[in-house]
This record gives sequence, structure tokens and C-alpha cells, in this order.
Amino acid sequence: MSSDSSRIPSSSQTVGPYFRIGLEYLLERTSAGAMESQGTIELCGQVLDRDGAPVPDALLEFWTSATVSLRPGRNAEQSTFPAGFRRVLTDGVGKYSLVIERPAADEPGEDRTKAPYMIVLVFARGLLRHLISRVYLGDERTNKTDSVLNGISEERRATLIAQPDESRAGAYTWDIILQGIGETVFFAW
Amino acid sequence: MNDPSMVELAVPGTQPDFHFPPYVSSIARSPRMPLVRLQKTHMKLTGPVFGNELIREHDNDLTAQHNGEPIGERILVHGRVLDEDGKPVRSALVEVWQANAGGRYRHMVDTYDAPLDPNFSGGGRMLTDDQGRYWFKTVKPGPYPWRNHHNAWRPAHIHFSLFGAGILSRLVTQMYFPGDPLQPLDPIFNSIPDERARERLVSRLDMDRSEPNYMLAYEWDVVLRGRTDTPFEEGHR
Repeated sequence: MSSDSSRIPSSSQTVGPYFRIGLEYLLERTSAGAMESQGTIELCGQVLDRDGAPVPDALLEFWTSATVSLRPGRNAEQSTFPAGFRRVLTDGVGKYSLVIERPAADEPGEDRTKAPYMIVLVFARGLLRHLISRVYLGDERTNKTDSVLNGISEERRATLIAQPDESRAGAYTWDIILQGIGETVFFAW
Repeated sequence: MNDPSMVELAVPGTQPDFHFPPYVSSIARSPRMPLVRLQKTHMKLTGPVFGNELIREHDNDLTAQHNGEPIGERILVHGRVLDEDGKPVRSALVEVWQANAGGRYRHMVDTYDAPLDPNFSGGGRMLTDDQGRYWFKTVKPGPYPWRNHHNAWRPAHIHFSLFGAGILSRLVTQMYFPGDPLQPLDPIFNSIPDERARERLVSRLDMDRSEPNYMLAYEWDVVLRGRTDTPFEEGHR
């Protein structure tokens, strides 16, 4: 049970509509159209609400299972962006896009059943707590054997899988549906 | 339900429900399907780690980001970022944003006709020190109207975003001021069922750090999920 020093985590409150003032400075500055190397992927999609209406004021954070650390860059601007982390905003029609390091499996070389994924945090006006999801890449063979994916009902599993763009290698599409038909799987915290 | 290998859930009442109809924006934007509970080992992603080069001069002095001083009640806001054991979270990135003294945000979607202040942007950031401490100088934000219901006004607050040691330590919240009569009327504040948890979002007037003839100080500590010694939440309450 609780020790004397044990503390209850602070409560969450919504990010609200004005978060650009404090959070915009950290946005991904890599052009979404320019693939820097084989080691990156491009992901784009749309955030939608219960009624299929776009969510134009969402903030998304992508955390990859690639090595997450501060990677010194060639100049000061680059060095401020930790590898394996990107913060992006949706635009006026709820769309987002980003270029990020291709995720690696949790423990490469050890458990070959696990599929690579990114953790995604969703913040928006209307969300009193942020949402946590995972996005997998549709062309990874290990998706079939991944224990997290297999623990989710078949009909909902597809909401976690980004579809590869057949015309461009390394490009994927993934929509986030906050509620209703096709609601994305979110994880408890 | 109490399988220790599963991600711990929040202490009941201490976090808002996702779906809270008095906060109208939550109705169509909050998930209604059950959230899936993962094993801890599937949530143990660490990082990101942010460095000092992210922080510029005046990022923790919101009164010094322009040529002149902003209008309003100059204040110091400070406190500690702690883990569930009460230990300091070091080098935590703390990001803040707020309205100006008149209750107006420098943001294109804020249509409230209170004046913008040419000397106030309202955004800041800092890293905690070795004792988990953060501090910044600003002006006290004003309350402001919003469209949630008839005659709705937000109590004065400062938005906070914090990164601790792992994915589950991530927190976005709001700090309130003591004695604000708008708090009992605010659906966002009252989305937290537990009264003591709500009160922990209210800062404390701190006369020890206030500076005579210069500014008042408010103290506010934040507790992030996780434990420093076991950053992947291996410990239990």
C-alpha cells in the first residue's frame, strides 16, 4: 500500500484551443515532402470526430521505439529535436503529416514476433485527458504475430495500422477517429 | 483487475473522465469504446530527452520577451516536479502558455475583444534543475469568456505541459490561482471528480518568494506518474 512519501499524480486538464502559443516552437521543421534518407518514413492522415468532422486544432506527438535521445545535429536548430520524437499540429481540415525515423521493434534480434510501432499521443480541445494510441506500418510482416495487435479484436485492429502508399516507398496514411464508427483503439492510462 | 503486470490505472476520481458533457467540446471528441489496457512492458517507452539548447534567453521570463513590459500584475510562478515517490524529476521539460492580464490569448482563434498587449506573447519553457525545481516570471492571466454555456467564464489559469521519464509521465494540465470565485463554476476544473485532486491544481500564495515592492509569488508542485528508481512504473501504490 501507499508509503508516507507516495504521491498521487496531478490531474490532467485539456490542452485547450490556444496551445500554439506555448507548444508551436517545437514543431517538426523537416519538410514533409523531403525524405532525408532510407531511415525515415512519411506519415500523413486526418483527425476526425464522432460526426466525421475534421479536428483542426489537435496536437499529435509521435514517440518511436527507435533510439530516443538527443542526437547532436550539424547546427543548433537540428540539435533541438530528439530522434524518435515529433510534435505536429492538424491543419484547417484536420490533416497532419510528418517525417520520422522508421520505428524499430522493441527488442530487435530477441523477439521476432514483435512488430515495430510508434506511440501516438493525441491532445485537443475537448480532450480532458490526452489519448494514447499506437500506429503500426501496414507492410510489416510481423504485424501478424504481434501480441498487442493480436490482443485486439479483429474488427478494431485495423484502426492501428497505417496503410502504405503504393506509389511512394516509405509513405503511409493513418487517420485518427476520436469517436463513433471506426473509432481508433486507445489505451488506458 | 489488479494484475500487477498491467498498466496501472489512475486512482479513481483523480483524473477527469474523457466524456464529460458539461464540457460541451468533449461530447463528440472523446472515445466511447472501452480503452484497452496494455501490459506495462508494452508502455515502457522512454524519452524524449530535451537539452538546454532548446531553451533560449527569456524563455522563463514572459515579461522580458519584448521591448517594453507587459501590463498586469507581475508574478513569479515556481514549484517542483516530483515523481510518485516524491523524488525530484530532473531536467523535465516544462512548457507554459497563458492569456494576458486582460484575459486575451495571442492566438488567431481567440475572438474575445479584450486588448492584445504588444509586450506579451504568453509562451515560455524551461528545464527543471537537480532538485526538480522550475520557475518563471510572468503577469497574472485574466479570466475570460468562452462559449461553452451562457455566461461562461474560465477562471484564471496557466497551461502547463510536462515531460518526465517515460510515456506515462507525460502530462498536460492547468494551474489555477487561490481564491478564484470562478473555479466552482468551471466545467473544466470540475471535470476532476475528487475535490482534493482539484485543489492540487490550485497554486499557493508564497510570501517567502514574493519580492517587496516588486512582485508576488505563487508556488505549485506537479506530480508526474512514475518513479525515478523504476521509471517504467514497476512499483505499486
